[in-house]
Amino acid sequence: MAAMTPTPAPNARNAPDAPDAADARAAGAGAVPAPAAQPRAARRPRPRVWRGAVLALAGAYFLLPVLASFVFTVHVPGQGISFEAYTQLLSADGFTRSLLLSLGLAAATIALTLLLAVPALVAVRIGSPRLRPVVEVMCMMPLVVPPIALVTGITTVLRWGPDHLSRTPLYQTFLAVQNPDFPFVLVLAYTVLALPFVYRSLDAGLRAVDVPTLVEAARSCGASWPYVVLRVLLPNLRAALAGAAFLTLALVLGEFTIASLLGFQPFAVWIVSISGAHARMSVAVSVLSLLITWLLLLLLSRAGTAPATASPGSTRRPRISRTSRTSRISGKES
Amino acid sequence: MSASSTTPLSKGTAGGTTRRRRRGPRTWLAALPLLAFTGLCFGIPLGAIAFGAVTRTDPVSGATRLTGEHLARSLQGPYLGSLVGSVQLSALTALVGGVLGVLVAQAVVTSRSQALRGATLTASGVLANFGGVPLAFAFIATVGISGVVTQLADLTGLGWNLYSFTGLTVVYLYFLTPLMVLVIVPALDGLRPQWREAAQNNGAGGWQFWRYVGLPVLAPSLLGGFVLLFGTAFAAHATAAALVGGSVPLVTLKIADALSGNVLTGQENVALALGLDMIVIAGLVMAVYLPLQRRSARWLR
Repeated sequence: MAAMTPTPAPNARNAPDAPDAADARAAGAGAVPAPAAQPRAARRPRPRVWRGAVLALAGAYFLLPVLASFVFTVHVPGQGISFEAYTQLLSADGFTRSLLLSLGLAAATIALTLLLAVPALVAVRIGSPRLRPVVEVMCMMPLVVPPIALVTGITTVLRWGPDHLSRTPLYQTFLAVQNPDFPFVLVLAYTVLALPFVYRSLDAGLRAVDVPTLVEAARSCGASWPYVVLRVLLPNLRAALAGAAFLTLALVLGEFTIASLLGFQPFAVWIVSISGAHARMSVAVSVLSLLITWLLLLLLSRAGTAPATASPGSTRRPRISRTSRTSRISGKES
Repeated sequence: MSASSTTPLSKGTAGGTTRRRRRGPRTWLAALPLLAFTGLCFGIPLGAIAFGAVTRTDPVSGATRLTGEHLARSLQGPYLGSLVGSVQLSALTALVGGVLGVLVAQAVVTSRSQALRGATLTASGVLANFGGVPLAFAFIATVGISGVVTQLADLTGLGWNLYSFTGLTVVYLYFLTPLMVLVIVPALDGLRPQWREAAQNNGAGGWQFWRYVGLPVLAPSLLGGFVLLFGTAFAAHATAAALVGGSVPLVTLKIADALSGNVLTGQENVALALGLDMIVIAGLVMAVYLPLQRRSARWLR
């Protein structure tokens, strides 16, 4: 602790109303940001002004672009209000195709990521604890590689196809994964990008469940191993699975870097491609995708803060891990 | 696969449904698909980056030899300028975003309103995710050349330009500040009221409390948050690409240019070398961040 200068005259200005709330706060429940009230010695009313100013400025900065974007899409200078930018969306060239492609990629990525991660994490929990650091490092490594750097590697590997492998059966595979109708190579790349978030989500979920006890209880009641995993463990991970799926969906829908540099056109790339000719429409799509993403993430944070998924003792840790996990999405894709 | 395995695990069975008669011996098989996948789809591209960055293949003879020229070129001239530009932008946005994030977080933590706190944390979680293309267009519609606010307030006359270093800074803060709020709120919560009371009882003023108690406790979290923001801004590409498209020298934009052949042919190896530079910097960032995160967890019990 710090070296504080004791003064001879004891400064007996205790906080007037401070019960031992902090201990209760330290053991607050799960991801619910609900610590007990923290009475602080309110010495001067000045902090009030300061706090209000900070929050007002922050609110203005964060709300302004959203509101202004909406105004931009509906107000045509010289014509007044028109909702054309939104009504013409569905008939816009490429809108449905790119959106469906993005959704398809997202579905495939979610399926692949979960199929890879769930067995591995459950296995690490119930039988092979020594593998744990290996699995963790393998899942977390993609955080260190920016997507743009990963793309340079992927393009290099894909160029090996025509250069070196044209006489081998592998070449057909290389062509197949780059089919523009459904570029499976993107699914592979997105799965790599999504693994860290999925790993953290599932790891937090598994940590909140007493896996050994559940497994032993189920086994001693005569349940088979598949039954234990499918009917006992997975239902307990429902929130974590939903969280992982949501995050992956948000990541894939917003992903621009890898898709554009590999020459495919899912949703985000399409938005950029029309921005020159239809500025208003590109902003309209941005506003919509923003609102939809917000809605999804709000649902996710609601799901994540359900008291059922919180366990005492896991204070704030899930909150931290989940927030840093979600935050990485913006990092990967901004 | 072990030869004694009577029930070989078919790859990709859901939920790790390996049939085992007893616990333990073959569970590792369920982790195998994941390890194989990351080895293939992540390891090979990574190896290709490293290999391509330090070798040169003669197009005529097909001979490959080691060379340092790509890495050397990636650290010269416009490439070096883009690396420096990226580091400058990331450091500036991480610093400003960090300070603003701490101010907002402190305002929320010291307020007694639970509703405000919940709303701020939820909004931060959402906003920290809002990067990429839509963010760029939202800002173009707001303070771009024909943006709503630009027209109303005549910002252009005041010398405002969104498509510049300053403009990018303002845009990046939109997702970096909420990220800092998320990182730092738990740490600010960890400052126990008792510590402040103890400091006051010993006669410390507000400044002394922060100087000797508050900041030392918060230091790892603050530094860790800064490093995380730096890494996030450094790796960002989509926002900058949709916004400035190359008028601001950033390493991510340079790599994209080199890859799409906008500069010269034969730049792929320099792109790989730049990618390697980025991975090294991002790796250093993570190497700083993880220990700091562990250290800051000490006070959050």
